[in-house]
Amino acid sequence: MTGAVGAVGVGAVVWPFIDQMNPDASTLALSSVEVDIGQIAEGQIVKVLFRGAPVFIRHRTKKEIDEAVNTPLSELKDPQKDSDRVKKPEWLIVSGVCTHLGCVPLGHEGPFDGWKCPCHGSIYDTSGRIRSGPAPLNLAVPDYVFLSDAKVKIG
Amino acid sequence: MSGSSTYVPKSALGRWFESRLPLGGLIHSSFVAYPVPRNLNYLYTFGAILSFMLVAQIVTGVILAMHYVPEATLAFGSVEHIMRDVDYGWLMRYLHSNGASMFFLAVYVHMFRGLYYGSYKAPREVLWILGVIIYLLMMATAFMGYVLPWGSMSFAGATVITNLFSAIPLVGVSVSHWLWGGYAVGGPTLNRFFSLHYLLPFMIVGVVGLHVWALHVVGQNNPDGVEVQSVERDTVAFTPYATIKDAFGLSVFLIVYAWFVFYIPNYLLDADNSIVANPLVTPAHIVPEWYLLPFYAILRAIPNKLMGVIALFAAIALLAFLPWLDTSPVKSARYRPVFRIFFWVFVAVGVGLGYLGSQEVTEGATLVARILTLCYFAFFLIVLPLLGLFEKTRPLPASIADSVLANSSAIAPAAG
Repeated sequence: MTGAVGAVGVGAVVWPFIDQMNPDASTLALSSVEVDIGQIAEGQIVKVLFRGAPVFIRHRTKKEIDEAVNTPLSELKDPQKDSDRVKKPEWLIVSGVCTHLGCVPLGHEGPFDGWKCPCHGSIYDTSGRIRSGPAPLNLAVPDYVFLSDAKVKIG
Repeated sequence: MSGSSTYVPKSALGRWFESRLPLGGLIHSSFVAYPVPRNLNYLYTFGAILSFMLVAQIVTGVILAMHYVPEATLAFGSVEHIMRDVDYGWLMRYLHSNGASMFFLAVYVHMFRGLYYGSYKAPREVLWILGVIIYLLMMATAFMGYVLPWGSMSFAGATVITNLFSAIPLVGVSVSHWLWGGYAVGGPTLNRFFSLHYLLPFMIVGVVGLHVWALHVVGQNNPDGVEVQSVERDTVAFTPYATIKDAFGLSVFLIVYAWFVFYIPNYLLDADNSIVANPLVTPAHIVPEWYLLPFYAILRAIPNKLMGVIALFAAIALLAFLPWLDTSPVKSARYRPVFRIFFWVFVAVGVGLGYLGSQEVTEGATLVARILTLCYFAFFLIVLPLLGLFEKTRPLPASIADSVLANSSAIAPAAG
């Protein structure tokens, strides 16, 4: 019993020393960014800084949308339907951080014309899903909402 | 090797102090009267060289910290300020950056010496493990130090290595956020790396103290791997013999160090680090500093992310188990002809992995890296345990003195 109380006491003292390293209030406050997407041409990919890391905003062409939608799930390492990854099919908004070791993939590269990571060769398709290479997961989709046709708020 | 000191200070003041804090006696018994095997070669001077480099890094580091600013928007500029405006700032910076490389060069010579002569075997297991701990602390310190200039490669290296923790199932992402102090490498990360980079070297000093203490309790190993039997016949006093030998070894080492600092100070620095960090752009070739390359090659060789991380840490952790993995009772490779071959193969594997770690990822390079990774683990897990059971070793000399005198039999006896 004394041991248990002692353990709780030690935990109570130690926790602040550990928790202080977690993202602080000012970092959490910067946790959303508004982006003007009205000028982004069809086929163009734009990189924005969100929470200290890149996010790709891709204005997809009809061809890119069709290729993303018509992929059988069996071909995917991390199966996910394209419709589960977008709100409006012509706008793909995904994290620009490769899920392998964190490099920034290069757009309009690779056999699917999606992305290719220059570090270890991971290939992503036009839905940002991993197709080949060492990355284990699809490019993450951040929380976002369309404030209008020309403005999106990420985070 | 240890025991009460026979040291008596010459002055009255000395005796007054000694009876209150026996510092003089400690120094005398550790570095003056301490018996050193008489057959040591220059590979044994690297302990002293390492001690010197630790002090050098701390002195130059504390000085740099007087001018460096650990804030994301100011860090890169403060390093340029040190290089251009601070008196002899360029010298302090180059001494510190090249000093890190020289520190690792010395530690690898020191570790391979231990591997070759079996210095990790009983009764020196704790000494060896303390050394592995020092090595780990050195790698952590160097990694964080490299992030501080906040160049492109600093940022990329920080991103890759801290991303390793996201591979941990369940808690990985939370751990990454906790390490970063945010959602990616950024200002908070830089600040805490500076704090820890300042702290860790002093922890290294503490473990080095334990390392030297452990050494002095059991006594040094020697190239014949035969323990000291008679202090008068097998050993010489540390001062002047080892002192002078260490000083000479250090001088040669310092010439190499000075060569880098004054003639080719940027040779080991990646050009991408002269560009300020940009979180939106990754450099085309991410390469860690040379001393981390073999482990980077192992990490990249494994196709699965989590297994790659495990292999990386296992490759280093395995070193701690060396005293128990090697089953041979014979210590020194001088008397283990088969082990000697495998030793040099292991050195080649290490160099090969290091080279591959610096190259771009291609199918061919990955295949070779995987083979060499297997060889690396096979050396510790298969070769060393089995060799001890089957190897035919050469006969050992009867004592250190016999080994030394046998080598000098051509020398004429002293005139009477």
